Amino acid sequence: MGRTVFEKIWDDHVLAKRGEDQYLLYVDRHLTHEVTSPIAFESLRAQGRRVRRPDLTFAIMDHNVPTVDRALPVRDQHSREQMKALARNARDFSLTLFDYFSPWQGIVHVVGPELGLTVPGITLVCGDSHTSTHGALGALAVGIGTSEGMHVFATQSIWLKKPKLMEVRYEGVFPSHTTPKDAILYTIRELGTGGMIGHVAEFRGDAVKRMSAEERMTICNMAIEGGARTAIVEPDEKVYSYIEGTPYAPSGEDWEEAKRYWDTLKTEHDARYDKSYTLNVSGLEPQITWGTNPAMCIGVSENVPEPSQFDDASQRRAAERALSYMGLKPGQKIEGTPVDAVFIGSCTNARLSDLILVARLVKGRRVSPNVRAMIVPGSMLVKRRAERLGLHRVFLESGFDWRNSGCSMCIAMNEDRLGQGERGVLTSNRNFENRAGPGSRVHLASPLTAAATAVEGRIADPRRYSLASIDELELEWTSPWLERNILKPLRGG
Amino acid sequence: MPEPVKKIRGKAAPLEIDDVDTDQIIPAQFLKVLTRKGLGAYLFYRWRFDEEGRPKEGFVLDRPEFRDATILVAGRNFGIGSSRENAVWALMDYGIRCVIASSFGDIFYGNSVKNGLLCIRLEDERVKSLRAEAAKGGLFLDIDVEAEKITMPSGEVIKFSLEPAVKKWLLEGLDEIEATIRGYDEKIREYENRMSHFKMPRKDVLHTE
Ligand code: SF4
Repeated sequence: MGRTVFEKIWDDHVLAKRGEDQYLLYVDRHLTHEVTSPIAFESLRAQGRRVRRPDLTFAIMDHNVPTVDRALPVRDQHSREQMKALARNARDFSLTLFDYFSPWQGIVHVVGPELGLTVPGITLVCGDSHTSTHGALGALAVGIGTSEGMHVFATQSIWLKKPKLMEVRYEGVFPSHTTPKDAILYTIRELGTGGMIGHVAEFRGDAVKRMSAEERMTICNMAIEGGARTAIVEPDEKVYSYIEGTPYAPSGEDWEEAKRYWDTLKTEHDARYDKSYTLNVSGLEPQITWGTNPAMCIGVSENVPEPSQFDDASQRRAAERALSYMGLKPGQKIEGTPVDAVFIGSCTNARLSDLILVARLVKGRRVSPNVRAMIVPGSMLVKRRAERLGLHRVFLESGFDWRNSGCSMCIAMNEDRLGQGERGVLTSNRNFENRAGPGSRVHLASPLTAAATAVEGRIADPRRYSLASIDELELEWTSPWLERNILKPLRGG
Repeated sequence: MPEPVKKIRGKAAPLEIDDVDTDQIIPAQFLKVLTRKGLGAYLFYRWRFDEEGRPKEGFVLDRPEFRDATILVAGRNFGIGSSRENAVWALMDYGIRCVIASSFGDIFYGNSVKNGLLCIRLEDERVKSLRAEAAKGGLFLDIDVEAEKITMPSGEVIKFSLEPAVKKWLLEGLDEIEATIRGYDEKIREYENRMSHFKMPRKDVLHTE
């Protein structure tokens, strides 16, 4: 029986087995941020331990950082202290640090791939659930807790239970204005928040093959919301092209050798899965969440459910609770619901290709005066690339706030948040109660749906809007990396 | 390093909500801490306190009959979402020793084991009936990790099962880092010696502050 890409990387990194189902794996890359790491470093200090491989460990500030001008002081004292603790820990334990002022600062799951810290075939861990994002490049990437992080710091290895395998197949061609974000939202809507628990989701099928590396990151990122342990896509030329020439990716002879190895990381045709799910994306419409978990989701032209339509008592109760929290009436149309804010950001949908989608919709249009609309690029590199292309002018002319990078409204640990009872359409991945601030009402959607909503001031169907072509955006100062990975595919090349 | 967990006897409280994510167990605002002590005060914060921090009425753990509960009977998919270990620390600091549910978020489950918080999976129907019992108030359960059984006040026994590695961990309260270094350092070194150069990040990168 053939092996899947996940099994190949797994087998390559297993060091030992303990009991029936615990495996010790070597960790090739450890990324860490300011929120989940301080207690691990403190315990290391208390026990007199060091980080075994500082050269494989990278520290990044993202969750707490303000997204306003970096010349301004960090006002929140607790955030400042956590950021400073990370700087101190990175120095004491000799780790490379991308701090608040680094040109390479950004959300850890955006920064890893774009700097070539994430490459195919490696094991990568980070104290953050959305570490699954890195699986889009063909890495075995798992989110871990603080105790596990401490174990990795001290031993560069991790004990894992072997997850079951699930194939998630996307076939067909996306209708216009419908994106991979809509596909993964639809998948979670069908399978539920626990549908993938205990499994690694391997995304495959024609539609996944056609996706860009960045689009694959969006679906791998959100597999977590379906309960997956992690997600992966077998690596291909698109992935190689995405990381070629990035600062930390292999170069010269190493690059050639790496590619030969990566070519072997294909899922074999007779590989088996414990579970399968297939979606033909050709009939999909843009999706948006109406409730307080990502499975509470409908098509943008549908009505929110009536609790009475659920047979299961606990689902009925959950729907009632969610509708009341969200301030929605049972059975109402979701389209047309007025919103207070639109947030384009997060490790799900704030990469350059996401920003280009937004620019194509809002070019020549204005954000509704009733809406606070902000764009928070996934990293400072994404921001610079967008500015090199001139996208920021499109955003500023339309009335968007153009900010610096960080997790921002996705988790509301800085000042970017929704007020009590305020409603926002966010391109992030979690719509839990209070996620974007106490009493916040979050609707998750694609960058296009969010952009259309910003223009109308109400939840809007993006399919009613024409999109500017790439040439109409009159992009300036492109670069070989941008041409190869972002622009050429968009021009249909 | 957690204390060994062998037997738990305590009062059960029902939490009749499915899909309790770790954001609800402890909101992000309380992640800005540099120590794990005292997090129990913020457990289920938004369900227990209003925006000004005043206690709200009615959350199950604040009702007099459940104030001293140490066992939580939840629903499906308990602990999904964010990887924050603070969720486990908050539960334990509050005094919860065991959570019973029909399924758990993977990372939350792993974090619980590491800290000695017992998570018991039972079938949906079992969880429901146990929750209904607990809701009456005053349900004391005797939980035996070694024997993998819960004894009800009536003497009725509910069996559960733990993966062998999890069970061993709970019973022994292992110092895992020490155990890995002592038992597997050689294996780790072997991998490092054969690790392909191209798997490592480049070292000649110019990265200045
Ligand atoms: S952007 Fe949101 S989901 Fe992503 S790492 Fe930051 S807080 Fe987590």
